Amino acid sequence: MAPSHIVSAYDEELKYLSRRISEMGGTAEQMVADSVRALVTTDAALAQKVISEDIILDNAERQINEKAIVTIAKRQPMAADLREIMGAIRIAAELERVGDLGKNTAKRVIAVQSSGMPRTLARGLEHLAELALMQLKEVLDVYATRSVDKAKAIRERDDEIDAIYTSLFRELLTYMMEDPRNITPCTHLLFCAKNIERIGDHATNIAETIYYMATGSQPEGERPKDDTSTSVVAADLSEASE
Amino acid sequence: MNIMSEAAVEKALDGKMNDISYKMIGRDVSVYYGEKRALYDVNLDVRENTVTALIGPSGCGKSTFLRTLNRMNDTIDGCRVTGRITLDGDDIYDPAIDVVELRARVGMVFQKPNPFPKSIYENVAYGPRIHGLAKAKADMDAIVEQSLQKAGLWNEVKDRLQESGTGLSGGQQQRLCIARAVAVSPEVILMDEPCSALDPIATAKVEELIHELRANFTIVIVTHSMQQAARVSQRTAMFHLGNLVEENDTDKMFTNPDDQRTQDYIMGRFG
Repeated sequence: MAPSHIVSAYDEELKYLSRRISEMGGTAEQMVADSVRALVTTDAALAQKVISEDIILDNAERQINEKAIVTIAKRQPMAADLREIMGAIRIAAELERVGDLGKNTAKRVIAVQSSGMPRTLARGLEHLAELALMQLKEVLDVYATRSVDKAKAIRERDDEIDAIYTSLFRELLTYMMEDPRNITPCTHLLFCAKNIERIGDHATNIAETIYYMATGSQPEGERPKDDTSTSVVAADLSEASE
Repeated sequence: MNIMSEAAVEKALDGKMNDISYKMIGRDVSVYYGEKRALYDVNLDVRENTVTALIGPSGCGKSTFLRTLNRMNDTIDGCRVTGRITLDGDDIYDPAIDVVELRARVGMVFQKPNPFPKSIYENVAYGPRIHGLAKAKADMDAIVEQSLQKAGLWNEVKDRLQESGTGLSGGQQQRLCIARAVAVSPEVILMDEPCSALDPIATAKVEELIHELRANFTIVIVTHSMQQAARVSQRTAMFHLGNLVEENDTDKMFTNPDDQRTQDYIMGRFG
């Protein structure tokens, strides 16, 4: 633990930022979990709750940014302090986006509700969400502990989420090809899956930011990618099902 | 003020900066004031056409080190310097060295502006005259004008060169002192907290000037303002309790220093 600042109010300002980030993290996590639950259980009331909560994250991000700006102006932070404040600004933006993705998923609940969802698809989405939420939860723990090793480990695990997303993508495409009436709900579900996959990316971004905050350097090498959905075409799927 | 842009300075130094050359080299430099030791075996190399900032808490030895570079410590009773300091390879503590000539090559600007109680013109002309740098009046006029130009003061004082230097504002006085230092065509300029008595606008003008002077001079600056060190220098050296604890690129020093003591000091934490 670094020694305290000579000016104690400076310590308070930095503590305020990390406390607010942790709070944002908790809210974002809850919103994502609720949105997926609302989706698989077609719970419109829960979806509505998620939609109404997004404003909490928007406000929190704005307050964090304002505090960070004032702190930079007043304290002219250096080295680890500067990285801490820049990190808070970036992480707040990532968490705000996570909230938006949760909200977007919740908004689609009504559209999917009318046509119902095959059980296997719901399981696939739940599994994808479990992994994304685990990434998010772990990265928030890493924010609290500043463990460089764990930040690196999270960054290297995002490919698992990408792989499941790709398989969901193929599955949804197959349903659409089987019956054109599936196209509307499946398109919405495709967006939901994409939303959840993006949450994993945001968790990875946060892990990279924490790594930078702790070490002062960017993590080396490309992050692993296993999202091959960009090259999936319908022709391949029909061949495979024949 | 006639100031070169950052890009122009970089361009003027192009090629020169590709291979680092060291203007002054300090090896195992220790300084004692009587029994008390103020510096412990400092090894610091000063790069040519570079601004090197010396930072550290009060009493850390940064000003003491600065003063060894042009033998300012010689004037203090009981002060003893050991180790070796070279300027272009020549030992400046060699008994054969002419100290007056050394101080013409390694000039100094002090914390408080200290113009002579003479005219602006005389303030600048004094050094060149005692060093015999100008033969005719026209030569001297040219030196005075060029020096005031380099110090970014010419346009403000060209119509009142015969007025007293002490009648200028604090910031102008400090730039007059810089013009005075520049007038004898030094190679190195030492600055001991040159902006600590100036307001923010005068400080900004002096900082801009330091940046421009780098094209022609090697500069070593002691400053208590970390932000100033970060703004004006390319290399930064951190002193603590008479030791040099870290010397690094300035950008690295203020974003991700290697030494914990540097880290604590620049972030304003208890060491």
